Amino acid sequence: MDATLTAPVQIPDVAVEAPKAEEKNRHVAFICSKGTLDMAYPALVMGWAALGNGIDVTIFFTFWGMDIINKARIDHLELAPVANTSMKMSMMGVNTGNMGIPNALGVIPGMTAFATNLMKKKIAEVGAPPVREYLQMLVDGGAKLYACKMSVDMMGLSMDDFVEGVEAVVTASDFMDMTEGAQIIFI
Amino acid sequence: MGTRTIAGVTVQVNDEGFLTNPAEWNKSIAAEIAKEEGIATLSDAHWKVIDYCRGEANKLGGKSPTLRQITVGTGVQTKELFGLFPKGPAKKVARIAGLGKPEGCV
Repeated sequence: MDATLTAPVQIPDVAVEAPKAEEKNRHVAFICSKGTLDMAYPALVMGWAALGNGIDVTIFFTFWGMDIINKARIDHLELAPVANTSMKMSMMGVNTGNMGIPNALGVIPGMTAFATNLMKKKIAEVGAPPVREYLQMLVDGGAKLYACKMSVDMMGLSMDDFVEGVEAVVTASDFMDMTEGAQIIFI
Repeated sequence: MGTRTIAGVTVQVNDEGFLTNPAEWNKSIAAEIAKEEGIATLSDAHWKVIDYCRGEANKLGGKSPTLRQITVGTGVQTKELFGLFPKGPAKKVARIAGLGKPEGCV
């Protein structure tokens, strides 16, 4: 465990030249627990916005959320239309109002790939990059990424399975230490 | 909304300190605001970003482009952009360039 991760921020007693810079910076921490395509984006979008506004960002990936940092999975996150009550036929450009995609249709082989491609297209249309590129932007902007130790042990993973930028595998207790005073968002 | 004098020029600013009329901006104002933002001198790399934002703002109704638009448009890498304008480049770039803060999320 890197000692710098848990070291408390030292605030000097006497303010020198720029007292503002010595104040503890706002810090937002995200817990990503889901591995579907649509659940990867909230932390990416909000984390990027936070970095752009000078807010420190920590992201903790746990359980299925580890797919977002898993080299083998990051480019293959999916969205299943089965039991997804928000995914309507109208998303496909057919003006059918509230008509959903029938679950019986959703189970047909290829429907998950179809829904995934549809969503990826919508994401690209608003100028948002794919997950791998977006995550790299956050790392380059200074976000700190960590994987959950219990999940890593459960799934038989190691640091070698993760994309560059993941700093360490940490315990829930470590996460609590490193996010003291932070605003925590669970996704 | 109000006015303030930067580098000897009185300019219109909003509550967050962004210039509301990009036409009132000049390079001395940029240098002065940069100092307030903790950037002692503006290098060529800073100006590359600022000039790009000024150019794009015409198409964006006086708003600064988003960070993603800046990196794609200038070729300046994300890491470099955060190095040039540390701690919140989105607002910092907009303020120094005399533009409104970016409206996109990416």
